Amino acid sequence: MTARAATLAGTRHVFPDIATLLARATPARSGDALAAIAAGSAEERVAAQMALADTPLAAFLEEPVVPYETDEVTRLILDTHDRAAFAPVAAMTVGEFREFLLADTTDEAALTSLAPGLTPEMVAAAVKLMRLSDLMAVAAKCRVVTRFRTTIGLKGRLAVRLQPNHPTDDPKGIAASVLDGLLLGSGDATIGINPASDSPARTAELLHLLDDIRQRLAIPTQSCVLAHVTTTLGLMNQGVPVDLVFQSIAGTEAANASFGINLAILAEAADAAASLARGTNGDNAMYFETGQGSALSAGAHHGVDQQTLEARAYAVARHFRPLLVNTVVGFIGPEYLASGKEIIRAGLEDHCCGKLLGVPMGCDVCYTNHADADQDDMDALLTLLAAAGVNFVMGVPGADDVMLGYQSTSFHDALAVRELLGLRPAPEFESWLEGQGILDRARRIRPPEPASLPGPLRRLLA
Amino acid sequence: MKPPAPDRPGDPWSGLRTHTPARIGLARSGSALATKALLEFRADHARARDAVGDGLDESALAATLAPLGQVLTVASAAPDRATYLRRPDLGRRLAAASQTTLAEHRGDYDLAVVIADGLSARATLAAPALIAALLPRLRGWRVAPFVIARQARVALGDAVATTLGAGAVAVLIGERPGLSVPVSLGVYATWRPRAGSTDADRNCLSNIHAAGTSPEEAARRLAGLLAAMRQRGLSGVALKDEGVLLT
Repeated sequence: MTARAATLAGTRHVFPDIATLLARATPARSGDALAAIAAGSAEERVAAQMALADTPLAAFLEEPVVPYETDEVTRLILDTHDRAAFAPVAAMTVGEFREFLLADTTDEAALTSLAPGLTPEMVAAAVKLMRLSDLMAVAAKCRVVTRFRTTIGLKGRLAVRLQPNHPTDDPKGIAASVLDGLLLGSGDATIGINPASDSPARTAELLHLLDDIRQRLAIPTQSCVLAHVTTTLGLMNQGVPVDLVFQSIAGTEAANASFGINLAILAEAADAAASLARGTNGDNAMYFETGQGSALSAGAHHGVDQQTLEARAYAVARHFRPLLVNTVVGFIGPEYLASGKEIIRAGLEDHCCGKLLGVPMGCDVCYTNHADADQDDMDALLTLLAAAGVNFVMGVPGADDVMLGYQSTSFHDALAVRELLGLRPAPEFESWLEGQGILDRARRIRPPEPASLPGPLRRLLA
Repeated sequence: MKPPAPDRPGDPWSGLRTHTPARIGLARSGSALATKALLEFRADHARARDAVGDGLDESALAATLAPLGQVLTVASAAPDRATYLRRPDLGRRLAAASQTTLAEHRGDYDLAVVIADGLSARATLAAPALIAALLPRLRGWRVAPFVIARQARVALGDAVATTLGAGAVAVLIGERPGLSVPVSLGVYATWRPRAGSTDADRNCLSNIHAAGTSPEEAARRLAGLLAAMRQRGLSGVALKDEGVLLT
């Protein structure tokens, strides 16, 4: 362990190891205070940022924040690190790396080839020094394009996961929400249900429901029921139509164990999904969700700050070449991210870290009723993310998830931000919307006039 | 200027709305919600926020409970609502003075009943009816004085039970408010609670509110749960796995 220090206004601040340095340098948030690892004062935080800026990037390869011997995520990160890709930045400090990322001469191609050479800890460190505008500018330079039936992540496009949850998984209720979303241009990232029950029988029923709707309406998209990976794995073996395999993941082995998973289970599921080969346009078949605070919540954070651990979850994700990864940023509650301000920053940090690591990042822009946040905060985060080139966001009827009991972004919100920033749906899905008469010639969503809709859609409304 | 016409004069969504409480088919103007839908959402969120922020009226609650038995009032180590929301660890620990209060009433009890504000203090208004319906079903149980707990998380019940000397605890606690159900009570029952008991050691009854489970029905289920715990000598996932839970 190497101690690092900085002197600020005559006071010398010493940080005994790299995990402590990262934690103290993290912009304030409730979760790190809860874990008792946050800076004790605003000045100490800046001193830590100064010491972090002077830390060589290579130090993160020598000093793992979670032990290599006991954590398979650390082993994955270090064993798959691409030294050749790392070479262009190998001699830089964290502060120099931030400037390199922002420089005009660092373009999309440079960042794409750099990604395998970056570890989560390196990008987490740089992000701690960044302001929101930096987080947006750097992320906007990255492109991570993935494909299944649609193509997601192209420049000038914003996809939406249609989230038609229902408190009792009622098939008609879910179909009603799917229809609402489709008519508002949502569903190109995926049509994905969080099931109220994790039973295999119910999950199979919902998978058949979504597959039936998709085929009847010939929608170029992919469906997903967000059950536990082992449930989905069992159903794939039984021949149930599974497009995307979902799982929540975290940045430490112990946190993943609390989710009932490990890397071997994820690998088995990814192999099974690949062997189905249901994607017509590409073979990215995994869907992961993450969120700052999940490791602490599972008592599995090893004294590491939640933003760094979140970035480590993206190293898990990228190993399995996912179609979609989203940070469910405000879902976990105010003990981890207390306010709209903290949620907004965390969403932009997560997006930037994911994109730098080569992960197809989306964001569930959301909050709970006991957090100090509201729709205005969500409007701000959604717009900032869309400006930063986020791959996809959520679409929930009226922003109110009646099953999970939290507020996300609505079909209308997605529509509004597409309109504001001139962003379009995924190309395959956009053609479908045009063919169905849902988009007019100005590519605006038409008010639904049941009489003008093609037969299958009209029948769903009847 | 004439305001834009709503999307759907002959609302085709009314039939579909019978299948889901989701906010489908909302009228819009441009991409934005029509004013009525905008304000309805804001009203629901305001109700939920107020439910989170409301304080617990301990004296009123104590007065309602008094005919049913002795009532003690305690507080967690979280000094105020703002701290409580950010520091679940403090909400699980007793304030020092409360520790003393409970120690003075230490005895040999089968069950402690804790009424906790949790994330919705108003939900505790349903607690007296639940307790009144529960007590006749607990013949032969030595029930400790009722404990009203402020700024409390579920696990505060473990500290209450161990300090009082109770072999089981039922925590009646205000649940996290949702947009459609801002005020709802939950019950968490734990057999042989101790410091370090986890959610896996507890059995839960949720959604006790006007449009959900009634306090009387919750009392019936809780009594069944407690009887099963006593019979098997365990609670939580292990009890659920044995398939003995009443529905």
